[in-house]
Amino acid sequence: MSEAAAHAIDHHEPETSTGIPNKKVLMWAFLGSDCMFFGTLISTHLIYRKISATVGGNFLDIREIFDIELTSFSTFILLASSLFMALAVSAIHKGNLTSTRWMLFGTIVFGAIFLGCQVYEFTHFVHAAGNELTLSSYRGEPHVFGSTFYVLTGTHGTHVAIGVFWLIGWLIYSFTGKMSTADAMDIECCGLYWHFVDIVWILIFPVVYLMEYAF
Amino acid sequence: MSTESLKYLNPESQTDLKTKVFPRPGQNTTGVINWLTTIDHKKIGVMYGMAALFFLILGGVEALLIRSQLWNHNMDILSNREYNQMFTMHGTTMVFLVIMPLSAAFFNFIMPLQIGARDVAFPRINTLSLWCFIAGGLILNLSWFCTGGSPAIGWFGYAPLTDTRFAEVLGDMGPDFWIFSLQILGLASLLASFNFITTIINMRAPGMTMMRLPVFTWMTLIVSFLIILAFPAITIALVELMFDRTYGTNFYDFLEGGKPHLWQHLFWIFGHPEVYILILPAMGIISEIIPVFSRKPLFGYGLIIFSGAIIGFMGFAVWSHHMFTTGMGIVATSAFSILTMLIAIPTGVKIFNWIGTMWGGRIRFDTPMLFALGFITMFMVGGFTGIMHSSVPIDAQHQDSYFVVAHFHYVLIGGALFGLFAGFYFWLPKLTGKILSEKLGKFVFTLMFLGFNLTFFPMHYLGMIGQPRRTHSYNEGHGFETWNQIATVGAFILGVGIAVGVYQFVTAAFNKKLKPAGKNPWDARTLEWTLSSPVKEYNFARTPIIKSRDQAWENNYGDKDKHSEKEPLGDHGVHMPDRSWCPLISGIGLFVFVLGMLFRKTIEVSDNFLATPYEVAIGGCSVFILGIIMWSLEGPGGYHLFPKENEE
Repeated sequence: MSEAAAHAIDHHEPETSTGIPNKKVLMWAFLGSDCMFFGTLISTHLIYRKISATVGGNFLDIREIFDIELTSFSTFILLASSLFMALAVSAIHKGNLTSTRWMLFGTIVFGAIFLGCQVYEFTHFVHAAGNELTLSSYRGEPHVFGSTFYVLTGTHGTHVAIGVFWLIGWLIYSFTGKMSTADAMDIECCGLYWHFVDIVWILIFPVVYLMEYAF
Repeated sequence: MSTESLKYLNPESQTDLKTKVFPRPGQNTTGVINWLTTIDHKKIGVMYGMAALFFLILGGVEALLIRSQLWNHNMDILSNREYNQMFTMHGTTMVFLVIMPLSAAFFNFIMPLQIGARDVAFPRINTLSLWCFIAGGLILNLSWFCTGGSPAIGWFGYAPLTDTRFAEVLGDMGPDFWIFSLQILGLASLLASFNFITTIINMRAPGMTMMRLPVFTWMTLIVSFLIILAFPAITIALVELMFDRTYGTNFYDFLEGGKPHLWQHLFWIFGHPEVYILILPAMGIISEIIPVFSRKPLFGYGLIIFSGAIIGFMGFAVWSHHMFTTGMGIVATSAFSILTMLIAIPTGVKIFNWIGTMWGGRIRFDTPMLFALGFITMFMVGGFTGIMHSSVPIDAQHQDSYFVVAHFHYVLIGGALFGLFAGFYFWLPKLTGKILSEKLGKFVFTLMFLGFNLTFFPMHYLGMIGQPRRTHSYNEGHGFETWNQIATVGAFILGVGIAVGVYQFVTAAFNKKLKPAGKNPWDARTLEWTLSSPVKEYNFARTPIIKSRDQAWENNYGDKDKHSEKEPLGDHGVHMPDRSWCPLISGIGLFVFVLGMLFRKTIEVSDNFLATPYEVAIGGCSVFILGIIMWSLEGPGGYHLFPKENEE
């Protein structure tokens, strides 16, 4: 081995064959995979929805426990958070630190409100007197709706929570003075994730909630 | 409000700070630390391969125990439950801990060399995949020591076998170990696949267009897409099963409104693409080998890739042929039957392409070629029985008989394992720089080919006369004994063949008697053969500029304008990323977290330990998160190498 080695470091993004940065390709591949995660969960819910509507001959109407006003509100909040996320990505590309910080903060707050609504909803459902919806039963009868409902919306909630922690990480990082436009790509990937989680909710809201009122 | 603005793209100053936060092993690290912290795709490939060969021996011993038990009627070498555990562990080990990681070993070692890249796109994620795989393998095999021992539920884990109420042993933890190990192995495969997809799409050398990629690299890409689209189904199915077993949900609980049938669907939506995940890498390997030893270019390159992609696509639409006897209804059954027959077409196209490649060639029967020919013939036998199973009435006869065992072993040993062994004999000279003994290689091939056919061909007949699979013993008077004894003798011959082969591979690097291989011992055609053997840590001293599909061959024999060129080395030389502890730390955290989660049910016995299972789980999770945070703070790091002008 005759290589002279130097310990200088450069961090220029390497050129890629497609011109798209590696991290972005990775994120898109992950989101494609994540579609299948939610696809499986949503299918499970849809398969069981009709089968498990009645137990022992009794029709159990899930609408009696749903609070559609609250869920509509939290849906709106989550959709609105996507606007903040888009503005945060735009701000970091333009090199505006103050704006990036505020927009990240807005996304975090709205994401947290959504999570708060979900925690309230879950607690409320489990303890609703006479209408308890648990993981294994509804009104004390064995039921599958609770299983599919909590695992599906809970998985989505976990995704939102991971996104919120990721964004908090960026917010903290923005105060270290090290943030630069070089980080724009990373925040953009974070944004891709956030928008995806939003889109999934746009699917879950009609399929899990609204459909109970329509069909 | 004043607006602070960000500094524009000048991160040079950051890195010194970061290296102070957590020291990373330097470029001259050697010994164990070198292997634990490496992010070199070649070393990761070697570790994948070594671990998988170890599990191959382990799964093989399990198979031999099964075969010994079936030597004669009413044998009692294994108890009922031990027999069930044995075939569960054999199946799970061979699929998830042998064939998949062996394929991953080749993806890691060969693919970046074939596309002219210095490493994969995310070297540290690659290392994390490796440690996740090792953690998953350890957890699966730790189940031997848990309450109830290893899972006895089959590698498919059908509901309600997994229902806690039907456990043979009170507090049986085997299925929990199975669930968690499969989750971690799934994570390993997913991370690796995201990485390979990004690498193949984005890291090709200049001139290496998609239609100049070697077939093996194409198959890596297709398999990676199959993994990222198929594994989520099993992950969610396992999550639901975990909730059933732990928190009392009713997904698969037929007493409370769940449908065990759903598990079968979710399992096979993953399980059938998984079959192609196992076989396509081997098909890629022999598509590289056959042209080299036939002295001809690959016949129908585009068609081979296109049929591979079609197989991958259609692989998602045939899962229910594993469930013809469950009563899905005539429409569903017919649709899946027709699609299953159709998927035989692109597979047949590939076979004819390989035959077309050999047609009129000057064939050299070296060991890799022998294994490749073994692949074609044995895979065809497995394929023919597969076409038989696409017919619903015939499938109903074969269901759960030894005929099915014969079928999928012809595909997975005669197909996948022969292909992977061909790959070992073909590419080990590139890895070790030495030519393997042809005499020993041919000996291994003869033993494996003979033993394999002796074992599995009689099983066709046994299945037809009615021997059921997954059954501990059989009674006298069925006429099963003779063929079972032949199969058992064959299994031991196959076992000896594989053991000698594994010994040959593992000792290849240390065997002083072997001759040096030189750059291109087989006079092969793809880009990895332009490099010195063993390959330098930076792979390509200068990035090659690709001019044709069979670049190494064109460089030796082609026109001047088809010779590859080399990009000049910049002022910075070759940029090498730094080694890192973070993937290992994250992997250990994940391992500890899973152990804590597994023992959460046995909380009462934990008084004897320092921490409760929950504390262990939280501790492991914290270590994992800490590893990820350090990972993101340390950055890629790196140093520069300056290879000499004439070095490859």
